[in-house]
Amino acid sequence: MSGKSRTEALMAPLKAMTEARIGMGRSGGGLPTRASLAFALDHARAKEAVWSEMDRTKLAETLADLGPIGFASSRVSGREEYLTRPDLGRLLGDEADLPGAEPGGLAIVVADGLSATAVELNAAAVLRALVPALGDTGLPLAGIVLARQARVALGDEIAQRMGAAAAVTLIGERPGLSASDSLGAYISWAPRPGMPNADRTCISNIRSGGLVPDLAAAQIARLLKDMKRVGASGLEMKARLATLPAP
Amino acid sequence: MSYVTTLEQTRFVFPDLRTLLAKATPLRSGDVLAGVAADGPVERLAAQMALADLPLAAFVGADVPGVEGDEVSELIAARHDPAAFAPVASLTVGEFREWLLAPEADAAAIGALKWGLTPEMVAAVSKICRMQDLVSIAAKVRVLSAFRSTIGLPGRLATRNQPNHPTDDTRGIAASALDGLLMGTGDAVIGVNPATDSVEDYIRIVTLLDDLRLALEIPTQSCCLGHVTTAMAAMDKGAPVDLVFQSVAGSQKANDEFGVTLAMLAEAQEAALALGRGTVGTNAMYFETGQGSALSAEAHYGVDQQTMEARAYAVAREFDPLLVNTVVGFIGPEYLFNGKQILRAGLEDHFCGKLLGLPMGVDVCYTNHVEADQDDMDTLMITLCAAGVNFVITVPGSDDVMLNYQSLSFHDAVFARETLGLKPAPEFEDWLKRIGLTDAEGRLQDAPPALAGNAAVTGLLELSA
Repeated sequence: MSGKSRTEALMAPLKAMTEARIGMGRSGGGLPTRASLAFALDHARAKEAVWSEMDRTKLAETLADLGPIGFASSRVSGREEYLTRPDLGRLLGDEADLPGAEPGGLAIVVADGLSATAVELNAAAVLRALVPALGDTGLPLAGIVLARQARVALGDEIAQRMGAAAAVTLIGERPGLSASDSLGAYISWAPRPGMPNADRTCISNIRSGGLVPDLAAAQIARLLKDMKRVGASGLEMKARLATLPAP
Repeated sequence: MSYVTTLEQTRFVFPDLRTLLAKATPLRSGDVLAGVAADGPVERLAAQMALADLPLAAFVGADVPGVEGDEVSELIAARHDPAAFAPVASLTVGEFREWLLAPEADAAAIGALKWGLTPEMVAAVSKICRMQDLVSIAAKVRVLSAFRSTIGLPGRLATRNQPNHPTDDTRGIAASALDGLLMGTGDAVIGVNPATDSVEDYIRIVTLLDDLRLALEIPTQSCCLGHVTTAMAAMDKGAPVDLVFQSVAGSQKANDEFGVTLAMLAEAQEAALALGRGTVGTNAMYFETGQGSALSAEAHYGVDQQTMEARAYAVAREFDPLLVNTVVGFIGPEYLFNGKQILRAGLEDHFCGKLLGLPMGVDVCYTNHVEADQDDMDTLMITLCAAGVNFVITVPGSDDVMLNYQSLSFHDAVFARETLGLKPAPEFEDWLKRIGLTDAEGRLQDAPPALAGNAAVTGLLELSA
């Protein structure tokens, strides 16, 4: 269709009401070329985020001044297996190199998950804000472990091996079309393999256009304080907090 | 009892029905993940050959999951009607495939089998069908349902207009719904997946959709796809509820994960019917399903995901739904890895649903972590249209900004009408012509000036100012 149709004119002011792709115009049953290619680009970015590998060497250099750095992988051998075998992505592989630490600290696990892009763009910013705030939580940093081909639950096993009292797993979330760089944070008290999902507390959509890294770090630090106070995470933490007077 | 095929001196033994069905299933990642898939293409063919020789009657009274007291298995057994089964009772699974393909098996003959067929029987025959068979057989089946519009007539395709919004914002939902209406979608339902599950939000959403329907006098129905208990609470408070929605699965334990029982669904159906809001029919339920949901709830009992999916249809058909759709590509690559697996699963689900007598639609969709793209969705949509699918899901620009996945677009509906020649539901078709959104031939027109002056539309525009 050439020129602006009445449909497009009618929909134009409504576009501000939603991120949905409304009022795009059409040519027959097809999208205008520009919109069609823009969609394909968003999808290409999301695919790239899913299939790219985390650069652990570079990330280790970036984070070296924050604390001891370790490395781990799940039992998954490649990206395709990662996508089809979530069970293997939850199990720690053989060649883990974990920092030694006093028991009772906090293990931070940075995991690629479904978006290495999210880790690359946001993990360092979250940690730069979080690590200095740990003093307030009473949990010394046991170390930061960079985990490849990892699902959320892998963080708990790593943290348990390190004798940590709590674990924060920062992991790339499944990319959407509008954002492929969202990081999730899963926080668990007394981390151990086989923990039910309900025992973890989750913060999601951490990215510059969503929950910004500084605010996410502040939220994580506050949750760690609460967890230490009541000795639980997840739904149990909520339940126990509800019975306590405000601090 | 075990099942045996010998291929060039190699004996393949399948110890029970569950194993035979699983190993005969075309390759998909969920069965590999569950550890029930065939060890390779030759073992799969051996299983398919053994399955083809199996009498259909072997499924009568057979408890495939073998779980004591599962209410879905009990329902399947209780509803099996030997008289309806009689025309095919002496056939093997392989002969049943040929029976279905033959021209004598017309809409009436296949439709009469409805309560004679069990989910396991239709799953079995689907496993030895090529995609073309799944299309040609399903295309012969007619399942009609109606509320304010009539869905499932020959030569027609209905669409769900899905105007989701990440925070259920009233204006955001209305803007997307209007966009879809201007593209001629929404004759199956205007249905919102809520981001929240509070009764207040549910009531706000159904009220806004009902207001829009009334203002534009649209012959369709609305739905908020909240939990069935939320719908019940909203109906108690007098909310304008057209369709009651629920996700369902193929075992009692999997339905427990959804927080739903057969008794709850019966109660909800009764409450919806008591409102008497349908004008041309009384099908008041809407169900969604999808391969892999039982496995993800660890409630599959070693049964392959496609057979478990067909069992969900036994739940759905108990409640005379207006709409049932599989959300085929939503669940992720650990269940359906790529476009090929999604394509096959979508056609299987449509085929099995239709043979079991359901008004079957499909959410033609994918997520960004599966190996699929828009080309795969085009292929599935066109193939499903050839198979006579009752309805498909459509969203603005294929991008669902609440559920973060890609479904068909409002544009795709225009394509299906104008290139594939499929008309909307007759009541909706008349409405589109009456208000001037389509011409006499059903071609989509630019927004008529009168529509822009409608109170519902001007109200929305004022809010945007």
